[in-house]
Amino acid sequence: MDLRLPLVRKSAFTIWRRNALVWRRLLGPSLVINFGEPFLYLLGLGFGLGAFIETMDDMPYLTFLASGIIAASAMNTASFEGMYSVYTRMIPQRTYESMMATPIEVDDILAGEMMWCATKSLISGSAILAVAALLGAVSGWQALWVIPVIFLMGLCFAGPAMVMTSFATGYDFFNYYMTLVVTPMFILSGVFFPVTSLPETAQVFIQLLPLTHAIDLVRPIVSGQQVNNIGLHIAVLLAYAVVGYYLAVILVRRRLII
Amino acid sequence: MSEKINKIVRIDKLKKSYNNNIVVNGISFDVNRGMCFGLLGPNGAGKTTTLRLILGLSPADSGALSVFDLEMPAHARQVRQRIGVVPQADNLDPDFTVVENLFIYGSYFQITRSVLNKRIGELLEFAGLQDRADTKIGALSGGMQRRLTIARALVNDPELIVLDEPTTGLDPQARHMIWGRLRKLMQQGKTLLLTTHYMEEAERLCDELIVMEQGKIIAQGSPKQLINKYVESEVVEVRSGGEQAMEYIKNMNGYRVEKAGDTHYFYSNNARELVLQFEKIKDIVFLHRPANLEDVFLKLTGRELVD
Ligand SMILES: Nc1ncnc2c1ncn2[C@@H]1O[C@H](COP(=O)(O)OP(=O)(O)OP(=O)(O)O)[C@@H](O)[C@H]1O
Ligand SMILES: [Mg+2]
Repeated sequence: MDLRLPLVRKSAFTIWRRNALVWRRLLGPSLVINFGEPFLYLLGLGFGLGAFIETMDDMPYLTFLASGIIAASAMNTASFEGMYSVYTRMIPQRTYESMMATPIEVDDILAGEMMWCATKSLISGSAILAVAALLGAVSGWQALWVIPVIFLMGLCFAGPAMVMTSFATGYDFFNYYMTLVVTPMFILSGVFFPVTSLPETAQVFIQLLPLTHAIDLVRPIVSGQQVNNIGLHIAVLLAYAVVGYYLAVILVRRRLII
Repeated sequence: MSEKINKIVRIDKLKKSYNNNIVVNGISFDVNRGMCFGLLGPNGAGKTTTLRLILGLSPADSGALSVFDLEMPAHARQVRQRIGVVPQADNLDPDFTVVENLFIYGSYFQITRSVLNKRIGELLEFAGLQDRADTKIGALSGGMQRRLTIARALVNDPELIVLDEPTTGLDPQARHMIWGRLRKLMQQGKTLLLTTHYMEEAERLCDELIVMEQGKIIAQGSPKQLINKYVESEVVEVRSGGEQAMEYIKNMNGYRVEKAGDTHYFYSNNARELVLQFEKIKDIVFLHRPANLEDVFLKLTGRELVD
């Protein structure tokens, strides 16, 4: 097995650019989804539930929910792109095969894909931030600091998603990861209610999940509160990104360079 | 390139196996600059695997391999910058149009936009796809996709072009057109490494070729050398009435017979008499022709030996 540390080079940007060019075509429909979905969530859940729950964790429920949804959307977007789209290009479409006949290597491809996943997270997360601001759920300009955080979250969730892709045998395979990993995080990591309301034993486990740390960063930034343990949260997100990338590179090399 | 090395590819005792199944079994050969080198062999002989090893897309189990005097796969990145690849199965990017495919592929080599702009016009012409420039890949015919794949392989102005069955699926016109273009590339000093199942193609293009079977090289030489060495000069190819023909030559000497499908091949250095006799028998439909590479191939890799 080829365990060499990956090199991240200019070529990675070439791969990113390829994906961006494809996406540009579908700009209209994807923006409708990016803006439409959070509108529904925030209007429906935010105002509907907000009528019963005025504040949560010392902030309006709409703000609480909006910050959770920003993080959850970054997770969903990067996971989806890192699995379904990366798999499509790797196996049925054989796009990587054509790239690998050029100076491009697996290291470059996955680095580019990862940046693209994060870019898509950035687009969907920023759309939600804009919607939340329109609805008055954002407390000030400091909220723009979530933008780099969303990008980091995109990298963080793309890492494990690409690891799944590297040994996926078909699209059905991703259902496991979606059902067993993404959905539980969506429900338990503090999107809709604070983690502290769960049993203490569960909380220990939940602290290991990246979405928990992502929300711990996003929520205070959006609501204008003090961010605690910044270093720890960033380190956890980075660790998932870096370890995920390295594992994915090794596994995809093993799969394609045979 | 500044340094003029003569051996573009050097392979020494290269071996590769998949799950204990030896696919490339200790082959050695060199490819000189400016020549067209052919790899022939039946399905599964190990041709594509050999090309993948050369490109650094597959690690060898043992043996030595260098391209442009650079050891592989250690220098894969550097080496692939200077190679053009036509894979056995087209893998054009379905998310893009014809021109975009060339641009995107060019960007993988970090070629600047201005250079690409100039080159892509020529490549469209090369592929005969000028009026299809903005067509999506899915809307091209199989032959058009093949031509685009060949054009795409030239986007980096490569010194070595590796072609895995380049003309499979092309109509005769397109095939002749591609042959002409490939010969032109050789005149420009490019080196070609090609696999094919069309013996006519190998005979027209290749200066030297190897015949592989089960991962081993079983013959090597120029098409002419191989024909002289392995087969008689004339062939009578009997397409129907083979049984009668067999019956007829039963008690004649000096003929070697081979059967492929339902065709019988009668080889001889002087087939005059045989032709005269066959002409008299109504049921025998035959063709008398000089021996070619196909005959060498059938002899070396023939499975069904009669007599
Ligand atoms: N990835 C792989 N895993 C296992 N076996 C493989 C793999 N790739 C090739 N083989 C085997 O190696 C042998 C040689 O295959 P290869 O593709 O090199 O043949 P080829 O000469 O190109 O044949 P064709 O003319 O049909 O293209 C075949 O028996 C094939 O089944
Ligand atoms: Mg092949």
